[in-house]
Amino acid sequence: MKQLHKTNILGTQYSWQALQNGMRDGVPIGLGYFAVSFSLGIAAKNAGLTPFQGFLASLLCNASAGEYAGFTLIAAGATYLEVAVVTLIANARYLLMSCAMSQRLDPRMPGFHRPLMAFHITDELFGIAIARPGCLNPFYSYGAVLVAAPCWAVGTALGAIAGGLLPLRLVSAFSVALYGMFLAVIIPAARKSKVVAGLIAICFGASYGAAHLPVISEISDGTRTIFLTVVISAAAAVLFPKDTNEEEETDA
Amino acid sequence: MRNMYIYLLIMAGISYTIRVLPMTLIRKPIKNRFIQSFLYYVPYVTLAVMTFPAIVEATQSPVSGCIALAVGLTAAWLGADLFKTAVLCCAAVLAAEMFLL
Repeated sequence: MKQLHKTNILGTQYSWQALQNGMRDGVPIGLGYFAVSFSLGIAAKNAGLTPFQGFLASLLCNASAGEYAGFTLIAAGATYLEVAVVTLIANARYLLMSCAMSQRLDPRMPGFHRPLMAFHITDELFGIAIARPGCLNPFYSYGAVLVAAPCWAVGTALGAIAGGLLPLRLVSAFSVALYGMFLAVIIPAARKSKVVAGLIAICFGASYGAAHLPVISEISDGTRTIFLTVVISAAAAVLFPKDTNEEEETDA
Repeated sequence: MRNMYIYLLIMAGISYTIRVLPMTLIRKPIKNRFIQSFLYYVPYVTLAVMTFPAIVEATQSPVSGCIALAVGLTAAWLGADLFKTAVLCCAAVLAAEMFLL
């Protein structure tokens, strides 16, 4: 069965099984989303969003770090341009994932699937889609999205509603959920690569310095994030260029 | 006061544009080594910068924030997934603040 090796056993066309498998794999992701988006909802509320606006933001943006960064800026009364640039930077990894997914599409797939599949590229849904061998089945991705996306949006709304009713102690505990998730994205890469590990240590140091040193600490949070990201990533790209033949798509 | 819905529209528009452009336009792998490397490092750098020192300042006591950071680093290093790491961090703060506050 040479087929097993290279072809997605679900095929690349509509089947109830593809949709169903996607929905099944979307359940654990949805549960995780629910917990994390709750803390995102607390951040949304602190930024002045109503629960409905939090729901809308999560439904349309589908991004943890990106939304969080956006809410932080909104809370600080940032300009529209600042929010745009920070959203761009915080979501830059989805650009990479989208590139990786573009290489795994069936050339015979009807074109309208591309913009639809792109709407919900997240760390987890990209991960489960790309983990399957062969070309991607769009309906597998749709199945997972149908389950996971509502959890993300509803969790955010509930966080914005209940965040204010929860005891301070619980709010304090929930507030680190997002950072825990960020750590779970960066640390496995640090374990595999000494360059990434060193880079993260430098980022922690630089970020701490920027938050407390005179002059720099007066610049807004978001601008500091953009500045540090561009400078450190560019320096790393010059000093430690990636091997162009290396495949990155199995990450995440 | 700026309009919240314009903020959301900008966030949603940019989030979608980033995802849709490569998938619809790029049919070949990116060849430029610098851009490729830069894009590879960006997610790790952004997330690291956003995590620290913010995680320490998010909690009621900086000590419990430090404990959450240590727990998160350890859990992620040992292979816990996104959900488990997030839950362990929350539990660490909850437990630590029982004693601290």
